[in-house]
Amino acid sequence: MIEKERVDVNMLYKDELLEEEKVFKDPVHRYVHVRDRVIWDLIATKEFQRLRRIKQLGTTYLTFHGAEHSRFNHSLGVYEIVRRILANFKELPHWEESERLLSLCAALLHDLGHGPFSHSFEKIFNLDHEDFTQRIITGNTEINQVLERVEPGFSQKVADVIAKTYEDKLVVSLISSQIDADRMDYLQRDAYYTGVSYGHFDMERILRVMRPIEDQVVIKSSGMHAVEDYIMSRYQMYWQVYFHPVTRSAEVILTKILHRARYLYKKGYAFQLEPVHFISFFNEQVSLDDYLKLDESIVYYYFQTWQEEKDPILSDLCERFMNRRLFKYVEFNPNLQIQEWMTLHKLFQEAGIDPDYYLEVDSSSDLPYDFYRPGEEEERLPIHLLMPGQELKELSRNSDIVEAISGKKRTDHKLYFPHDLLQSCADENIRVQIEEILYGQGGHTYAE
Amino acid sequence: MLNNHARLVYFFNVAESVKGRKKLQKLIYILQKCRVPFKEKFQFHFYGPYSEELTLRVEELCNLHLIQESKEDKGNYSRYNYSITEEGQAFLNQFTLDMPNFLPHIELLQDKSSRFLELVSTMLFFADELEREAVEEKVNKVKPKQKFTEAEFADAWLLIEQLHTIGLS
Repeated sequence: MIEKERVDVNMLYKDELLEEEKVFKDPVHRYVHVRDRVIWDLIATKEFQRLRRIKQLGTTYLTFHGAEHSRFNHSLGVYEIVRRILANFKELPHWEESERLLSLCAALLHDLGHGPFSHSFEKIFNLDHEDFTQRIITGNTEINQVLERVEPGFSQKVADVIAKTYEDKLVVSLISSQIDADRMDYLQRDAYYTGVSYGHFDMERILRVMRPIEDQVVIKSSGMHAVEDYIMSRYQMYWQVYFHPVTRSAEVILTKILHRARYLYKKGYAFQLEPVHFISFFNEQVSLDDYLKLDESIVYYYFQTWQEEKDPILSDLCERFMNRRLFKYVEFNPNLQIQEWMTLHKLFQEAGIDPDYYLEVDSSSDLPYDFYRPGEEEERLPIHLLMPGQELKELSRNSDIVEAISGKKRTDHKLYFPHDLLQSCADENIRVQIEEILYGQGGHTYAE
Repeated sequence: MLNNHARLVYFFNVAESVKGRKKLQKLIYILQKCRVPFKEKFQFHFYGPYSEELTLRVEELCNLHLIQESKEDKGNYSRYNYSITEEGQAFLNQFTLDMPNFLPHIELLQDKSSRFLELVSTMLFFADELEREAVEEKVNKVKPKQKFTEAEFADAWLLIEQLHTIGLS
C-alpha cells in the first residue's frame, strides 16, 4: 500500500525522510538502509512486491538448490550499493547531489519488467523485459503514481536512466556500465545463494576507490587489484553458474514446453484447463495487466496441470521440468557435425521422437552474458583506471590478469536430447545408429 | 538449429568484409531496423545501439572458423575486420534460409564511416517514438561529445530515406 502520510506538510515529497531509518536484513550487504519516503513507498507498490515471486536465476535452482532468491532481493541490493556509492560521492567534484534520488529510484526499479523465466519467455513470445520496465514506470501503475508525486515527468527520467538514454551518463553508469551496482550485487548474491566459492570480491574496496568524472565512474589505480578480482568473478560465475549445462538443459525443456503449448493453442487443442493467463502471450498481444499477472506461481500451476494433458509431448515435457528429469547432453561442433545433426534429425523422426521438441543445440550466445571487453574502437565503454597524474587508462592495458581473460575467446555448443526416451526406443537398429552418432564422436553424457 | 548463426554467416557472404567491430554492430542494427530478420537483441549503450548477443555470436563463428577475424593496428587502437571463410560458405550451403535481398542496403552503408553509422543507428533508435526534430535533440543530448553537425544530420536523414525507399525484396 502506498504510504500517504507526511511528516512535515511543508516539506516536498522528494525531500521527505522517514521519521526513523528503516532497515532490511540482507545476507549479502548485512543491511539495506532506507530513509527516503519515496524509496519506501516504491518498495510498497504491488509492481515491486511482484518481484518477490520471480526468481533471480530462473531455472538455476535445479542445479544449485540454494538459488531460490528473487528479483526483489537483488533490486534492494542494487539500491543499497548505489546508496553507498553516493554517500562517498557526496562531496566529490562532477557529482550533482540533485541526481541522488533519481539514481536511487533507477537502481531500485532497474529490473522491474522481468517476468517469470524471462529469458525463455522473451525468446518464445518475442518480448523484451526492458520494454516492460519502461511501461511499468511510465504507465498506469502504483509505481508511476509514486514517481509522479516527486515531480511531473520524474517517471520518464527514471525510465530514461534505466534505458541508458538519460543525458547524464554518470548517473546511467552507476547501474549500467562494465563495473556497476547491478553486477556487483548479482555476482555476490548469486554466489551466496548458489553456495559456490567463486564470485566473491572486495566490494567495499571498490566502492572506496570509485570516482565520478564527467560522464562515467572510474577507478583509482590503487584499486586495480580489487577490480581484477571482480572481473575474475564475472568470468568464473559465467562458466560455473550462469552457463551451467544442467541449467541450460532445464532451460531447453522450458522453452520446448512454451513452444508446444502455443502450438497446441494455435491448432485449437482443447486444454483441460483453459490457459487464460497464457492466451495473450500465445497471440503476442500482451498488455501490461496481462504481463503483471503472470508470475512464477502461475507458471508452475499450469505446468503442474499440463502434466495431466492428453497431448503426450506437453505432458512429458512438463513432467520432466517439474520432476527434474532433464535432457542429457554431448559436446557439439556445428561446423564439423552439421551432417550428423541432419542424420540425427531423421533418425529421431524414424524412432517416433519428435526432433523439434527432443533435439536441440544450445550455444553460449543463447545466454548473452557480457564478459569484460576492452572496447576497442569505441564499441563499448571499458573500465578506466584513474592514474596518479589524472590521466585515464583502460583496465586491461595495466592488468595482465584482465588482459588474459578479456583476450580469451571461449565459446561452447551442446546437443541436448532425452537419453531415457532413446533407451526405450523399440527399434534397436535406429537406437544403435543414434547412439553411435551421439557417443561415437568422443562426446559422452554427463550425470545431472 | 543455428539459424541465427547462419543468418550472420549469410550477412558476411553478402557484405564480403566488414572493417571494425563498431561498424559491424551498427550495420546489423540498421539492417534490423530495415526489417532484415537478424534476431540479436540491441540495447542503448555509450556509443549507441549495441548487442552483446551479436558480439558473442560473432566470436562463436570465428571459433568455428566460419568467419575470420583479422586485427589491424590503427595507432592508438586496434581494428578488427571480418570476412567469411570457405568453410563458412560450405556451412551456408547446407541451410535453407529465407533471407530478403539486402545487398542494395549494404552497398549504401558499406563505405560510410563508423561515426556516421553511429549517428544513423542512434537516430533510428529514437525515430519510432519521436518526431524528426525531437530525434535530433535527443541525439545531441545523449551524445553531446560527438558534436554532430547539421550537415551530418541531413545526410543521415537522407540515408534513412534511401534505405526506406529501397525496401526489401
